Parts: sequence; structure tokens; C-alpha cells
Amino acid sequence: MKNMPVTLSTSPGSGQLSDGQGGVASSQGGAVQGAILTRSRLTTILGLLSLTALVVSLMCLHFGAESIAYGDIVRVLAGTMAVGQNHEESSLADITRTILFQIRLPRVVLGFLVGCSLASVGVVLQALLRNPLADPYVLGVSSGAALGAAVGVWCGVGTTFLAEVALPACGFAGGILALVIVYRMANSYDRLPIHSLLLTGVILNAIFSALIMFITSILDPNRSYGMMAWLMGTLTSPTYSGLVGVLVYLSISLLLLFRQMPVLNILALGEDAARSLGVDTEQAKRSIFVLTALITGAVVSVSGMIGFIGMVIPHAVRLAIGADHRLLLPASALVGGTFLMAADTMARTVIAPTEIPVGIITALAGGPFFVYLLLWRKDRLA
Amino acid sequence: MSRVNENHVGEGEGSCTANLSKPRCAYRAHSLRFRYQSNDSTNTKWALDGLSFQVAEGEVLGIVGPNGSGKTSLLKMLARLTSPQQGGIDLFERDLAGMAQEEIARVVGLVQQDTQQLFPFRVAETVLMGRFPHRPRSRWGSGFGWERAEDLAIAEEAMRTMDVVHLAHRAVTDLSGGERQRTMIARALAQMPKVLLLDEPTAFLDLQHQVEIGSVLRRLNDRHGLTVILVSHDLNLVSQYCDRIVLLAEGQVVRLGSPEEVIEPVVLEQIYRCRVLVDQHPVSGVPRVTLPGQTTIGTN
Repeated sequence: MKNMPVTLSTSPGSGQLSDGQGGVASSQGGAVQGAILTRSRLTTILGLLSLTALVVSLMCLHFGAESIAYGDIVRVLAGTMAVGQNHEESSLADITRTILFQIRLPRVVLGFLVGCSLASVGVVLQALLRNPLADPYVLGVSSGAALGAAVGVWCGVGTTFLAEVALPACGFAGGILALVIVYRMANSYDRLPIHSLLLTGVILNAIFSALIMFITSILDPNRSYGMMAWLMGTLTSPTYSGLVGVLVYLSISLLLLFRQMPVLNILALGEDAARSLGVDTEQAKRSIFVLTALITGAVVSVSGMIGFIGMVIPHAVRLAIGADHRLLLPASALVGGTFLMAADTMARTVIAPTEIPVGIITALAGGPFFVYLLLWRKDRLA
Repeated sequence: MSRVNENHVGEGEGSCTANLSKPRCAYRAHSLRFRYQSNDSTNTKWALDGLSFQVAEGEVLGIVGPNGSGKTSLLKMLARLTSPQQGGIDLFERDLAGMAQEEIARVVGLVQQDTQQLFPFRVAETVLMGRFPHRPRSRWGSGFGWERAEDLAIAEEAMRTMDVVHLAHRAVTDLSGGERQRTMIARALAQMPKVLLLDEPTAFLDLQHQVEIGSVLRRLNDRHGLTVILVSHDLNLVSQYCDRIVLLAEGQVVRLGSPEEVIEPVVLEQIYRCRVLVDQHPVSGVPRVTLPGQTTIGTN
């Protein structure tokens, strides 16, 4: 406390070091430098996570009702699958190619995208609601989006050429409705206690689920079975045109969301603190909410309600690498994508040839973690 | 504007020109009225009811008053976290309502009372957030927000001032109340503000840190002319470190003046509804408040 700095300028229009000590600027900051996110740390961690994602995706292509040798995967992907000498080998190659390109690859890519999106939305909601247990599924945003999509199916848009556009749009509408309700609840006091926010989610989930059940029960049995499977959270192999649509849509929304990373750090301090640091919180919240609902709506309309990824992944990643959203958000996206690819591969293979909805696996993995957080990490949640 | 004349309104309004050679006003608040939005339309009580006062640049001003007297509302208003329904505030001769939030953040630093943190940002990261309003902007927004060498140096100076350099790597969630409070003040200092607003800066601090915070604020004020406005329940702290004191009750200014003018037994007993003794601090000579006991005025 003795060595008072003389560089703290309070002269008009300050923001520059004063007292002619500008040269000191470059030599100072060492103590800070070592404790913050650096470019090399960012690239190293994201590089490692990308590599892991790549390796896991190869494993996901390998496993299945019919496992494909890694060498074949690489050859097929590289487009150099040798055309065999005799007819039998050639047809085998064709089967391998078909399984890979028509069934596994699109599904693995979709799983990665959905996992990325859910984890990203989780990170963002946790920062915005200042609640480390926030997650689109737990808060009822997913079921809001599901209700929207279910209403869309009920009204028949699911069977028209509009399906690929209209269902995500319906999901968006339902998702943003849920988000607005949750946020108004959370903001009606300075900060809603964490458990009360969860309770809001429970209630929303109950209401939306009841409405979804109602719609399911009045649909004809064939469609209602499909709807049940979708609701539990299921990845299916999409058509390539569908996959490209989802890929473009989610990539753009995620990039826009990622642009908010520096602001998310400030928003995570709370709304008043963020405003006192110069953030236009209303505008930031609006854009983040719309993007969050757009992403959740699309994700739910393609894969149903896959739960807990948005809560577990950001939480675990934050424990491992810290809270700076400029690393936390992309790292959680990569881990979430990798996790869902792996979980979906389990869903395809544990009792093959029967598939189970991947939502069951994520819930079985995430639920206990949730309980652990509630019971043993109370200190962090108060 | 006709307000120019109010510079000479006198004691009650607290003119900027009173004791200082610099005529500049850091803040000029006129006829502030504010009430919380409520669904109950019958509740028409104003939390702040016609406040007018001025704060000179380079002044240390204490805001005191009983619970619910509108202290925190007023402080939030000075940082424009809330806006008055009537009246207005000028910040260095500019209408606060017309400024962008980011412009305000480059001039005004705020340290709030509840500094409980939820996410494990490190102390260094937290202090660096004070550089946010100064970040370079381009047409494409603020980009990735990499800190410049200048930002690191300023943050480190702020951390040195508040004695938290050794905590740089620690998560704010793991700090003690005093360490966290000092970190938050360091964050506000990293904004390089001309005005520092503090809400109960010593509320959770032990004696040693109370004294330290008080003297750091005083030193920042002495050496750099930092204008400091602090809200506190601690009359002795305010008496010791503030040039002037505003005493609020029921949303109105009851007294505004030097510690000697405000810390008077008659006034305090009326406002706080309990018996107080006021004598002189044995070292600094400023008024000192002692509570003799539980005797309530009017019960015997």
C-alpha cells in the first residue's frame, strides 16, 4: 500500500497513462499478463480440443452395427477407395461407402453441431442469468421450442415443403416465449435465487410438456410414435440438403453469438455492474436472447429435447479452464459437440441394432452431475 | 439555463465554488424525484423527493442517512443505473441522460455493495474488465477484446494501489470479503474514472482494511484530484474522510455541509431516533459519534 502509483490519471479525457510515464506501460503489466488469457493459451487449448473432436469423430464413424476399419474410413473419406478386382469386393466397398456417407457421416456431423449449439447456449444463458445451473432444457426453453415445433407439426407444416424452415421458426417462437418468461422471473428481483429460477423452469417444463402430450395424444398413432421418439431427443441421419441447411443456419447463429464473447464476460458480473462498465445491457440482452432462441429452436426441431449438455459441459469446462468467455464459449462448443457425437454413438451401439434416444444417455450422464452440484457444491451456488 | 444562478444558492445546495479554486462541478443534481415502479398504484411515496445538490470536482462527499432514506438509489442514479422520473443530473456540465452508457463508464467508476461473485474469474481478469469502456472500437464491433499493453499496465497499477497484485491468479469466488472489496475498487480504478462512487465500501471489512480503504481513497483524492462519493452507515468513517456530508432522510436532503455542520447531536437524534453523543476525535479533531445505549427518544 506504500508505493502509490503516480500513473493513475484523472485528467480530462484520461484513458492514457499520464505523467510522462507512457514508456513504463510496456514494461509493466507482468503480474497481470501471467494470470489472464493469452493468444498461445487460447490456440493451444482450442487446437487440442479440435484434435480430440476429430479423433472422436473417426471413432464414431468406426463403431456401429457394422464396424468399419479405420483404414477404410480414411480411404473412403479421401476418395481413394480402391475399386476391387472382383465384383464381390467392389460391392463391399459400395456398402461401406453408403454406410459412411449416407448414414454415419451426416449423423456424426449433425451430432457435433447440435452438441456445439447446446453447450454454447448453456454458456450464454449461465452468464446472462448469472446462474451456473442454467441450461435450455432445465429452464424450459427447449420444451418451449418443442411445443412450438409440435404445434407446427399439428398444423401440418411438418409434411409440407416448408418443414425445414417452418419447424425451426415455430421452435424459435416457443423458445423465445419461454426465455422471456424465465428472464422476467429472474429479473423481477435483483437476482432470483438459483433454486427459484430452477423452479420456474420446472413449472414451465410441466406446462409445456402437458401441452405437448395433448398434441401427441390427438395425433394419429403413427405420427405420435415418431413425435415421442423425437421428444426424447433423437439424432437421425439427415439428408444432405437438410444437413447443409442446418449447418449454415447454426454456423451463422453461432458466429453471431460468439461475437458477444467479450460482452458476456461483463454481463456475467450482473446487470448493474455491466452497465456501470459501459455495456448497453438492454441491447446486449435482446440480441443474445434472440440468437439463443433461434439456435435452440433449430436444434430442438432437428433433434428434440436433448438435455443437460448445456449445463454439464460449460460447468465442467469452466472448472478446468476458467471463466473467461473468450475461451470458455468456443471450448465448451467443441467439448459439447464431441460429447454428443460420442453419446450418440453409444445410443446407436449399446443394444444394436436397436437404437435408443440419445437424450436418455445425456440425461443419465447429466442428471447425476446436476444432483452433485445441488448437493455438494452449494457453496458455489449460493 | 437558469440553473447558473443556483451556484449561489448557498449552504443548503452546496455550491461548487464554496471552498475550492476550481469552479468545475463534477455533479449537479437538481430537483431529483424518483420512485420505484410498482404495480400497487396507491404507493406514491417518492424514494427521492426533490433532491438538489452539487459536488465539486476533487471533493470527497459522504452520503449518510437511515435505512430507506434513498442513499443507494441516489448513488445508482449518479451512475445512471436508474434514472430519475423528474429533475436531472449534470456530469461535468453535461446532461447525464444524454450520454452513452460507455461515455459515463469512462468518467464514473462504481463499486457496489454486493460484490459477491458467481463465476471464478481471476482477480487479474476482473480488474482488467475495468478497461472495457476504453477498449478500441472498430466498425465491426469490439472484436475479440484482446487487452493492450497499456490496459495491462493500468490494471496492474490499480491492483498495486489496492494491494491485490499478489492475488492476481486467485479466483474472485475464493477471496475473503476484504480482498474482494479491494479487487472491486481496483476494477473501478482501472476505468481511470474522474469520479469514484462507492456503496458501503467498508461494510464487510475488518478494522485494518477499513482504515486502509479510507486512506487509499483520501490519497487518490489528494494526489490525483479524484472525486469520491461514498454511501455509508458509518458516520465516523464519513466524518473522518469526507470533505462534506449529505444527510438524507425520507428522500430529502436534511443537511449538507462539512462534518462539523452535519454531525450534530440534535440533527442525528431527530433523524435516527436514538440518543447519540458527539465529541471530538482525539487525533483528527473531527466530530465523533458514540451510541450511549438503547434509550429511544420519546419512550421515557
